[in-house]
Amino acid sequence: MRMKYVMSEVLVGLWRNVTMTVAMIITMAVSLTMLGASGLIYTKVADMKQLYFENIEVSIFLDAEVTEEQRSAIATQLESDPLVSQVTYVNKDEAFQRFQEMFRDSPDLLSAVKADQLPESYRLKLVNPEEYKTISDQYTAVEGVDQVVDQSQVLDKIFNLFTAGQNIALVAAIAMAVAALLLVANTIQVAAYSKRREVAVMKLVGASNWFIQAPFVLEAVVAGLIGSILGLGALIALKIFLFDGALSALQGLFAPVSWGEVFLTFPVMAGVGGLISAVTAWVTLRFYLRV
Amino acid sequence: MIQLEQVTKTYPKASRPSLDNVSVSIDKGEFVFFIGPSGSGKSTIVKMLLHEVVPNKGRVVVNGKDVTSMRSWKRPHFRRSIGCVFQDFRLLPNRTAYENVAFALEVIGKTKAVARRVVPEVLELVGLGGKEHRYPHELSGGEQQRVAVARAFVNRPLILLADEPTGNLDPDTSIEIMRLLDRINRTGTTVVMVTHDSNIVNQMRRRVIEIESGRIVRDQARGVYG
Repeated sequence: MRMKYVMSEVLVGLWRNVTMTVAMIITMAVSLTMLGASGLIYTKVADMKQLYFENIEVSIFLDAEVTEEQRSAIATQLESDPLVSQVTYVNKDEAFQRFQEMFRDSPDLLSAVKADQLPESYRLKLVNPEEYKTISDQYTAVEGVDQVVDQSQVLDKIFNLFTAGQNIALVAAIAMAVAALLLVANTIQVAAYSKRREVAVMKLVGASNWFIQAPFVLEAVVAGLIGSILGLGALIALKIFLFDGALSALQGLFAPVSWGEVFLTFPVMAGVGGLISAVTAWVTLRFYLRV
Repeated sequence: MIQLEQVTKTYPKASRPSLDNVSVSIDKGEFVFFIGPSGSGKSTIVKMLLHEVVPNKGRVVVNGKDVTSMRSWKRPHFRRSIGCVFQDFRLLPNRTAYENVAFALEVIGKTKAVARRVVPEVLELVGLGGKEHRYPHELSGGEQQRVAVARAFVNRPLILLADEPTGNLDPDTSIEIMRLLDRINRTGTTVVMVTHDSNIVNQMRRRVIEIESGRIVRDQARGVYG
């Protein structure tokens, strides 16, 4: 009977102040969506970094007029370099083959380039891809080297973009969370005021504190949970319409977002939403009801 | 049952204490009036017995429990042994007489079945048989106070605190309420009543404790008002 009483009080409470409840749920939902999105971006960036860095190469392109001694001197130096884990030599023919493969959709470009126009190069895998700078400093000045190109530099720019997106989502999540928090506090105050007589009687006859507080706290928690369900809905919509829809052309570039990952954000969103609501409601009650 | 031992209470920012070195002992089953002018400290005593206020000095013992050192989380359970009636009835306007009394039971964890058995009984006792399903606005002041008494008594408390219970009632109705409190007292419940009503005190001829400026100036076994 007590559980039934508490639950019916919760429903009555949510319904009594329905405009505030809706406002509370929407802010909560937006905040949690942002939080979920930022979490997804975070895991994706981590995935992609791993994926890309495994395949990343530093290319040392050689001068067109490089001599045999210079070439072998570079090779020896590279092979004994502790920062380098693997060296592959690409001669002009192989470079041309790779070029043809890469641009097979652009026949104009293919016909304009001759096999001996492409430079020879060493392709390196680094023990730690982030030590590119040292390699670059070391080899740019060596006789016979034209330039040192690192793919990770380009990637870093992309990753910075993702990280910026993630930070923006996180800041928006926090700002909305503050708004949601204030709305919860206000809703609870209004609820406590409209039930002040009941609360006074309950305190008088010795109802336990949890019993007095439970309907209010649960009211906030239910709103938080509905918010997190809406948040999950928003993330599902984002995946369907943005990742699998509009951005599907870029699929090779992004690590794919799986359904599993989308649904995994739900416990986090529900937990954060429920916990923030509960704590806010409880703290508000301590000040407002002094129970 | 109730002991106040050299109790002093000064509210913050007050120039003089509300209670100044007050000692009172009330036995089980007694009927006691606290009388005195407004601001004499009567309400402070009621608040202390309910653990709403704790003394600065001295000791308050209620039902064998030292209220002075009681932790606030124990207060709800402690209050279940004390019934309270006030001048303004404090009924819930959107609940019937029955529901008002049942509410007091249900919020302390009693089942609906217990309420169904006990509530009609206690409403009968206070003389409201047949009016269980009236709302407070459909009842007279005296009847509303009877509902309040029923609510205070339904849990069979050891002590009934009545803070000016007749303050809003006409003399005839007041006497009926007093008869009711007397009947409750005869069941063994200790009744502590704070009042201004000299008529009632004079008629009842019970123990009277008079307070003035926070001090006890009179404690008479079968006293009258002033």
